[in-house]
Amino acid sequence: MSSATKFKRTSMIGLGIAIALLVTSIIVNLLPLPNDSIWKVLFGVSTLNFTLRATIPLALGAMAGILCERTGIINIGIEGMMLAGAFAGFVVKVLTNDWPLMASLLAGVAAALIAGALMGYIHALFSIKFKMDQIISGTFLILLALGLTSYLFNPDWVAEGKFSPIAIPVLSDIPVIGDVFFNNPPITYTALILVVLLHIGLFHTKWGLRSRAAGEHPRAADTLGVNVNFYRYLNTTLGGMVAGLAGGFLVLEAVGQFQEGMTAGRGFISLAAMIFGNWMPFGALGAATLFGYTQGVQNALLLAGVVDIPRHFISMLPYVVTIIAVAGLVGRVRPPAAEGKVYETEGSSE
Amino acid sequence: MNQSSFRRLLRSLLIPVLAVLTALAIGAIIMWLAGDDPIAAYKGLFQGAFGSKRGWATTIRKWSPLLLTGLSVAIAFQAGLFNIGAAGQFMMGTVFSVWAGINFEGMPIYLHLPFALGMGILGGLLWGAIPGILKVTTGAHEVITTIMLNYIAALFAGWTVYAGGSQGQKPGPLWDPAAKAISQTPPVVESARIPFIFGPPYRVHWGIVLAVLMIFLFAWLINKTTIGFELRTVGRNFKAARYAGIRVGWTVILAMMLAGALAGMAGAIETLGVNFKFAPEFGGSVGFEGITVALLGQTNPFGVGLAAFFLASLAAGGAKMQFDSGVSTDIIQVINALMLAFVAAPAIVRWLYRIRKAPEEEEGVPKISWGGG
Repeated sequence: MSSATKFKRTSMIGLGIAIALLVTSIIVNLLPLPNDSIWKVLFGVSTLNFTLRATIPLALGAMAGILCERTGIINIGIEGMMLAGAFAGFVVKVLTNDWPLMASLLAGVAAALIAGALMGYIHALFSIKFKMDQIISGTFLILLALGLTSYLFNPDWVAEGKFSPIAIPVLSDIPVIGDVFFNNPPITYTALILVVLLHIGLFHTKWGLRSRAAGEHPRAADTLGVNVNFYRYLNTTLGGMVAGLAGGFLVLEAVGQFQEGMTAGRGFISLAAMIFGNWMPFGALGAATLFGYTQGVQNALLLAGVVDIPRHFISMLPYVVTIIAVAGLVGRVRPPAAEGKVYETEGSSE
Repeated sequence: MNQSSFRRLLRSLLIPVLAVLTALAIGAIIMWLAGDDPIAAYKGLFQGAFGSKRGWATTIRKWSPLLLTGLSVAIAFQAGLFNIGAAGQFMMGTVFSVWAGINFEGMPIYLHLPFALGMGILGGLLWGAIPGILKVTTGAHEVITTIMLNYIAALFAGWTVYAGGSQGQKPGPLWDPAAKAISQTPPVVESARIPFIFGPPYRVHWGIVLAVLMIFLFAWLINKTTIGFELRTVGRNFKAARYAGIRVGWTVILAMMLAGALAGMAGAIETLGVNFKFAPEFGGSVGFEGITVALLGQTNPFGVGLAAFFLASLAAGGAKMQFDSGVSTDIIQVINALMLAFVAAPAIVRWLYRIRKAPEEEEGVPKISWGGG
């Protein structure tokens, strides 16, 4: 089928860009360039580290989006799910400050997952049982998370410590690649593994087949005995957990503290990455890397002070690229067919 | 009014009223769980909004921006579009109007004030046009583009008043050198300020009359004009609209421009009637509250007016609530979100209160299209 090949090719654009970026940077880092050269700023190891750190929450958010949308539930509430996860992780980390560091951090991760799952479940409940418009339900989750976390947040709370990098023996000694990929804190590794797992799960397991059937043709799936709404509940809740983990990453691995509204649009950029990646895990990871790079390069440019553009305009970069990506790709990507539509088994409506 | 239409009116009020009451009740439970005193909080809230002349004045002053951003979201809903971008359009309205307001000293007020207001409207209109044009030409969904444009507008506005950096970064074009290191504009000149109806300490200005006029203009436009008919048809069923010969693309762009113009007017009124200058922290949350207002008002202009007044009273009472009871004003945002949920999903309210759905009843909740359409 010709549309199937297009489907795959488009999803690889982001991944192709990400690989090109990596190759360029390996070459740049192996050449004897001065440290303040523009090439070093654009493609140096520190820029790539920034990029990976910015990519992880976006990749997790995009995986959350794929989980929900592949079964037919639109999720624009990822931003709120992330924020809830970040706050829950932060609160539990603060409460367990006197535990051993690892135990305390893992408790924080567990809290982030639970908070995310709860948000995901609420979204599923509102969308499926109460037939709320799924875009409005997502907006509600964002506003609820913004309001609740600001109301409950106490600026005096301090989380002590965050996840530190774990160098993977041998692999971390590879030049450039080792520094970027194999010397990272645990949630980063988890996120990258999750992308692979989600790909295998969606395209090579019974769960994946049924989930996709629920999102493409729920009536047919139902006829074949698939409980459509069960898969929708399950995957939206799982998606919430993954988004919660993204929030946990921000607090427990990247920043170390909670700030009001700290997700700063990452949930929406994740959605754009999901669309850009054509609802495919690797495609979305590639797109997330592209968006992550715009943030990484933004940090590098600001730190290096090499350009004479006001910082406000440099900070616009990720948002502008997101608009360009979304505008340039719709029509060439294809969302799940039954997305956003309430599914009722025949004769079940009250 | 005969009996059946009166009953229909009551029925249409039932869901929003129950949604508000339920949200307040759940808000109380959250406060109680967090160790706050909900009764003291609501008492403070009510007294702050309606307990004094000054409270009333604050409520009325906060009414106009909410009313206008609510109408902005509502007009987009009428055309089946979800404008989450009122915040950015508000911001652009602010920047454009403050530029007109701090310059052109010596212009007479009957020219300067309309010019500054018009610039604000234009700023919002142009910013609203972008997601409309993107949607029509490329199919990019307005939810993502308007959100991204919100962040871009906030950064752009921040740059215009940027005081410059210690390492020689240039200051923004609207920055007031007299403010030294503070990032803000000079004050708006006298001839571009909206006159007061009640002067200080009440500071109720004529902008509110302009905002209320917009309710009637909205109602007239939607119900009595061809444009309104086209907007509603596109919103209900754009395929049918296309068959009927309506230029769907143009109608979508127009709806977003009108939405932007209304939000931009809100920004202009706040700048020329209340703040008299601009600083980055003036953005506020009226853009997002506009969504709650529009849905609570069931996208009906008069409903939006009522809903905006209610949210304005919550915003006005917040300060006294926090002062009297120690409850953070952030709880109001939580209550707003809950109201949004209950009014957008009448099924929840019906399920909670065991209300049966009348067969012919049409929900006031708009349908928004996502991907393919």
